[in-house]
Amino acid sequence: MLSRVADRIFWMSRQMERAENMARILGVTANMVLFGAKDRQEQNLLAPLTITGTAQAFEERNQSLTLEALVAFLAFDEANPSSIYSCLRDARDNANEVRWQITSEMWETLNATWLEVRGMRRDRAIGSGATQFFDWVKERSHLFRGVTYGTIVRGEAFNFSRMGTFLERADNTARILDVKYHILLPTVQDVGGALDFYQWTALLRSVSAFETYRALYRDQIFPIKVAELLILEQRMPRSLAACFDQINHALEPIEGQHDHAVKRLAVELLARLTHADVEEIFQGGLHEFLTSVLADIIELGNRIQRAYLGAV
Amino acid sequence: MHAAPENVRAHYRALAQWLAETPPERLLEKRREADLLFHRVGITFAVYGDTQGTERLIPFDTIPRIIPQAEWELLVRGLKQRVAALNRFLHDVYHGQEILKAGVIPAEQVLANEAYQVAMLGLDLPHQVYSHVSGVDLIRHEDGTWYVLEDNLRTPSGVSYMIEDRKMMMRLFPELFERQHVHPVEHYPALLLETLRSIAPNAMHEASVAVLTPGQYNSAYFEHAFLAQQMGVELVEGPDLYVKDGFVYMRTTGGRQRVDVIYRRVDDAFLDPLAFREDSLLGVPGLLSAYRAGNVSLANAIGTGVADDKSTYPYVPDMIRFYLGEEPLLANVPTWQCKRAEDLAYVMGHLSELVVKEVQGSGGYGMLIGPASTSAQIDAFRARLQANPANYIAQPTLSLSTCPTFVERGIAPRHVDLRPFVLSGREVKLVPGGLTRVALKESSLVVNSSQGGGTKDTWVVD
Repeated sequence: MLSRVADRIFWMSRQMERAENMARILGVTANMVLFGAKDRQEQNLLAPLTITGTAQAFEERNQSLTLEALVAFLAFDEANPSSIYSCLRDARDNANEVRWQITSEMWETLNATWLEVRGMRRDRAIGSGATQFFDWVKERSHLFRGVTYGTIVRGEAFNFSRMGTFLERADNTARILDVKYHILLPTVQDVGGALDFYQWTALLRSVSAFETYRALYRDQIFPIKVAELLILEQRMPRSLAACFDQINHALEPIEGQHDHAVKRLAVELLARLTHADVEEIFQGGLHEFLTSVLADIIELGNRIQRAYLGAV
Repeated sequence: MHAAPENVRAHYRALAQWLAETPPERLLEKRREADLLFHRVGITFAVYGDTQGTERLIPFDTIPRIIPQAEWELLVRGLKQRVAALNRFLHDVYHGQEILKAGVIPAEQVLANEAYQVAMLGLDLPHQVYSHVSGVDLIRHEDGTWYVLEDNLRTPSGVSYMIEDRKMMMRLFPELFERQHVHPVEHYPALLLETLRSIAPNAMHEASVAVLTPGQYNSAYFEHAFLAQQMGVELVEGPDLYVKDGFVYMRTTGGRQRVDVIYRRVDDAFLDPLAFREDSLLGVPGLLSAYRAGNVSLANAIGTGVADDKSTYPYVPDMIRFYLGEEPLLANVPTWQCKRAEDLAYVMGHLSELVVKEVQGSGGYGMLIGPASTSAQIDAFRARLQANPANYIAQPTLSLSTCPTFVERGIAPRHVDLRPFVLSGREVKLVPGGLTRVALKESSLVVNSSQGGGTKDTWVVD
């Protein structure tokens, strides 16, 4: 497959996943701001900016940090490349360029999503319509992934699409856990205790893990178990371990000429999570662990770009 | 369609009967269905100068244009003869230039032509073929004579509509195809691939073919993608290719891959920034050197424009006589060359009767259709003509053949032309049919899609 074509397919899938993750983050933020403790208001509003690395860009706009301003910036700002609007637009543009290498259903899903968001009223995601809007973004992403899974031939296009999806998802899960853990757990002594039930369930719900937690642990919500679920649990589809498992599956059949460095790092990451112990992670520091995983995720993305997709 | 108003020509009888039997509502409904399907599939073309990047549909007319097989066979012989002579001419002007030495064509007409490429001098091409895909525009006069309107030897487009129009007709009106045998055209991409493979520089391995497109904003992008997909080859853009050690490679996920034949739909000037326009982002640096080294084939070859511009056109019948020793089977439209003083004088005196065209123009732009123009328009054009006579040719407005066409107020006659596609490689081939373009405006003679023209399916029938 042409490197350019693989690149567009990889990014098309990443951008759709990124839009979904942004909707998840904003959804849980809106929830926490409305129902959470008032003294954590600002921290909660700042979290999405920290997670997506856009705090500085937001600051440059000289707006006060309100939920409305946050949603306007992260959901609809055309000039913000990480906004939901921009992600849906870029996913569609990338798909348009490779319409002949993906299925018409995939193209039509992304095109229809883009046309709808483009024509949408900007105040729709404020106040009572917010949940509905974020749910809509998630549904469009679910639809796109399902359509892709259900229609495209199992070949390179499929594999690069999966790679984009799961690399983006791993990146997001690591960031969301890192930032939220920091907010929810001001001191290390609290690690074993059950506190702030609503905040923790909101975090679990943001990665569709609340029911899974209940089913797997049949217990109260303990922070250390949340971390274990989101990092190590292979059966949980948004966990880091599950993402790296999928990335390895997608990488394995690809025959590149200079891709040893890519495959080695992907296998290492999976091994690090498969043969890990959550107590051990906490002894070394969760933040330190997640920081190193995030750096590796970025490095893996760079190596994929170099080995298969052409220079950036 | 009608030889005389009341007599339907024999090959149209089955269709006429079907039209009479079919209620107009059904035709209307089918036409809407066709529009919907074309939109969904995305058979659209981008409009130049439209900053929104709007994609429009080319109007599709549901009533086919029919040509009896005997008439088609005459056309085929004429087309093969004409394209053979044009290829001989191209080889000659980049080698011995015998036709210039013989004084059949003035040397300056060729050597001073802006489409003449000195980079092609002395280069030997496989089978000595330059124009591998030739789109020859034909019109049929009311009296039944076929005329060649122009030769398109650079990057002629439209063949995807020929195939899609046929698919659409078979889908909308399967019963029509039961009534008479219509010769198939859908194997065109297979013939094209065969032609492209036959010009590969190295016969040792299966030739690797790619279609080179300027990208998704090009008006014919749909066709480039369509042909690549139908042939099962890669659709590449300039940056996907690079030249190393005299060979052309594609950048793929599996590393580099050699390319032997490039079916390029990028103009000469943009092919190689090192050799032609240096600001081109569409081309491949070093492509010309790989081409001249004989390591890659291009279809069509560089420099074919010298044979198809409108100032060369009047000499084609003489080319046929010179190279083949035959009389032309297809007529040229009588043409006045405004660079000649006596021709210019005649044209100036008869502007209201003539069609005047720019020598290098295409797409129906920059032309004057005398009978359809106001005196103010004619005067404005006269000034441009006077300022640069060598840039124009003039032709009489022929009484074009019409074909029944579905218009807003029912079915009415509209002017049509025909562009068959001649494939030249080791052998010369064409599928029975072509692109029929129709001027949808009443009495209009302009069939270009950029100016409100539409298309029809073209049937060659027994």
